[in-house]
Amino acid sequence: MAQYNLKINGATKQVDVDPSTPMLWVLRDHLDMVGTKFGCGISQCGACTIHLDGTAIRSCQLPVSAAENAEITTIEGISEKGDHPVQKAWLEHDVPQCGYCQAGQIMSAVALLKDNPTPSDADIDNAMNGNICRCGTYTRIKAAIKTASQSA
Amino acid sequence: MTLIDKKINRRSFLKVSTLAGGGMMLSFSWLAGCKPTPEEVLTMPKEWFEINSYIKIGENGAVTLFNPNPEFGSNVKTSLPMLLAEELDVDWKNVFVEQADFYPKRYDRQFTGGSQGIRSGWVPLRTAGATARQLLVNAAAQTWNVPASEITTNAGYLEHKGSGKRVGYGEVASLAGTLDAPDPETVKLKETSDFKIIGNSKKNVDGLKIVTGKPMYAMDHKVEGMKYAAIVHPPAFGMKIKSFDKASVTSLPGIQDVFSIKLFKEGFERHAFDTTTFPEIIAIVGNSTWEVMQAKKVLKADWEIAPESNFKMGGWGPGVSEVKVPSGLENSSTHAEKMAEYITKPGNILRKDGDPEGEFKKADRVIERTYTAPFLAHNPMEPINCFADVKGDKAIIYGPSQIPDFIHGTIANSLGLEKENVQINLARMGGGFGRRAYCHHMTEAALISQKIQAPVKMVYTREDDMTAGVYRPTYSATYRAALDENNNLLALHVKAGGIPESPIHANRFPAGAIDNYLAEGWQIESNITVGAFRAPGSNFIAGAEQSFLDELAEEMGKDPIEFRLELLKRAETNPVGKDNDYIPKRYAGVLELVREKSNWSNTTPGIHKGVSAYFCHNSYVAEVIEISMKDNQPVIENVYAAVDCGIVVNPDAAANMGEGAIVDGIGNAFYGEMAFENGVPTKSNFDTYRMIRHKEAPKKIEVHFVQNNEAPTGLGEPLFPPVFAALGNSLYKATGKRLYEQPFLPKLMEMENLRM
Repeated sequence: MAQYNLKINGATKQVDVDPSTPMLWVLRDHLDMVGTKFGCGISQCGACTIHLDGTAIRSCQLPVSAAENAEITTIEGISEKGDHPVQKAWLEHDVPQCGYCQAGQIMSAVALLKDNPTPSDADIDNAMNGNICRCGTYTRIKAAIKTASQSA
Repeated sequence: MTLIDKKINRRSFLKVSTLAGGGMMLSFSWLAGCKPTPEEVLTMPKEWFEINSYIKIGENGAVTLFNPNPEFGSNVKTSLPMLLAEELDVDWKNVFVEQADFYPKRYDRQFTGGSQGIRSGWVPLRTAGATARQLLVNAAAQTWNVPASEITTNAGYLEHKGSGKRVGYGEVASLAGTLDAPDPETVKLKETSDFKIIGNSKKNVDGLKIVTGKPMYAMDHKVEGMKYAAIVHPPAFGMKIKSFDKASVTSLPGIQDVFSIKLFKEGFERHAFDTTTFPEIIAIVGNSTWEVMQAKKVLKADWEIAPESNFKMGGWGPGVSEVKVPSGLENSSTHAEKMAEYITKPGNILRKDGDPEGEFKKADRVIERTYTAPFLAHNPMEPINCFADVKGDKAIIYGPSQIPDFIHGTIANSLGLEKENVQINLARMGGGFGRRAYCHHMTEAALISQKIQAPVKMVYTREDDMTAGVYRPTYSATYRAALDENNNLLALHVKAGGIPESPIHANRFPAGAIDNYLAEGWQIESNITVGAFRAPGSNFIAGAEQSFLDELAEEMGKDPIEFRLELLKRAETNPVGKDNDYIPKRYAGVLELVREKSNWSNTTPGIHKGVSAYFCHNSYVAEVIEISMKDNQPVIENVYAAVDCGIVVNPDAAANMGEGAIVDGIGNAFYGEMAFENGVPTKSNFDTYRMIRHKEAPKKIEVHFVQNNEAPTGLGEPLFPPVFAALGNSLYKATGKRLYEQPFLPKLMEMENLRM
């Protein structure tokens, strides 16, 4: 066990965990931030996507020991009231079905639009391809990203 | 607080409950969702008055509607309350929706599956809304001393035009909650032309919670003192636990205990949905998910071949059958060989019209094709998990379940508790697709909690989930058509089966449209467990049938849509045989609509079209898929679906679900496959089990609904089965090669230079 000071959504959080513990489980079990989801554990589905210094990464593969000194952003931190342009676009297009993968999808979309405010269809496909939606909401996700792109 | 069931009529949905001392009833929901946000508090009433099991109204006119059915993504949590709100006559923007817990004394059929949510709720929920509205009218009539018949309602207000009196529902809600509910037979439901909410798209009531990452799933649940549990199940179908070395993990950090649990008591008569691949598993309990998952990797365990097992299993009805689980380690190659034997071996005759054997003897030529599909894993995004808190003689279970009623008795029996002491609360599910109709995970979590006498959250890894069975069966179907020298269809023969069940629906199209018709079924026993998977049986046989009809149309020199319409015309005007379970006119209606919407007769260079249609879950769907080949890759350009499911309650959400079913179908047709080597599933995570992703999704999907006033029928499943043939038929147009084996990917890869 070791102590870590983490910067998450602009606040400092302290945890005492094994250094190998992935950020996914630090967030979910130790900090009660459960918006970041467990899907596969091997960075193949994207449900656990968070931002590490603004870059979308899979938190199931990020040991807490590698997250210190970095700015971490989770779904709980992209807006205060759920009014980030991407969140608003998701609501406008009524994207979710079961909803389980959507936090990860949104985190990938937010990172994409930060780097590329007007992505092409191919840009969207490439940036989002690591996020599986088992319910098959892909066409709505793409439409929502385009709406968010225009409103940002 | 005492619940008093006023036995006013035979329908449980009208049970009115009040506090023993007055009219007010607090929410009975154990987990009524999240705390309200500050904005919501402003509109939160000080008091809630319960009108019936589905409806409570605050003194300020706020309305809470309870969604009785479990939510797994089909959006019943929005669409079922819309039925209540329509007849209650309230403004949707003043409505809060809460998930009801499993409460069989109050609610009928808390079941999400079989595409029956809206269909079964259509009359009862509207009646519940209408009787509640009548109670409010009666309360106003009593208050104003005017006849109830002179009172009208509109958007949450009551009005008596004669006296000019007008109040909001909230002002009479406390009185309404104490009145006897009217006989539902006397309450009039709205005409469809008067609908204000039904038929007008409403956003997902949980949308904001989803996009902000609020806890909603059992996976997100946590209580004080809760422990975490991982499970270890045998590595292969046909194996069981021989021994395990507890000491191999108990010294690891955070590990509290390791033990095995047996899911069923000796001699227990199982329910039909008690499907469990491994009736004994190992549980590792500890302080965090990561720690128990780490311990799982190093636990030393030995396994042995499981002997044949036999047990009693109940069904939907009163019958009890003997189930035999054979011993042995099975292989997909052997499965394929055994299924292929049935191409020539006779099956059981399920339907016979005319003299098919005689016509085949007379035929000028016979076309015979065999179609196969593999086992499929459901792979919902939220891995199997469950929370349980069992202390003494009481149990609280909070987990993902499509049908809690089917596991309730099993949990109680396994725990040795009375059923009424086992409370099941319904979490939003991260997908289901049929998998969560089988709720062994609830029993598992409950037994683990009982053993440690503490609350616990049990979590399967993705690998545990994917290798725990309850798959879509593997199937094979052989279709034969007899043609005369003028290309007239003389007879059709289908023989289809699977491991371990047949996919045949013998009385569906094209039965009824062909004079000489023979349907046979067969099945091969196995210890690989199976369960309902989005449109069971249909999800395979539709693809086989509609691919064969496409090939047959081509052989006969006919347009594939025109050919189907000709058959349907025959079934409509002069049906063959009895018990045909589809309405040919509605079936033809969706083909005609998709022909129009897809501009079927227009040809565009480089665009290849395939069509398919199917009837299941009381609904009719036709689909056209258009693909192009770019850089030797098939690209799904457009998908057009035409759907007749009667009245569409929530159109945009209905389209969403249809789009999802189409994407799901394309993914499974191209890539979906679970195989076995010596009983071991060959795939255990998304690195090897390929799922459809963004890049492979269609560029555009249009879902069109037939406009009619028929009562609503199924929607979650019917758009799924037709996809397989629509895709296969369009790929044939693009490549010149027919595809007979699912998944399509390996055969497509064999084609020169094709990249997938």
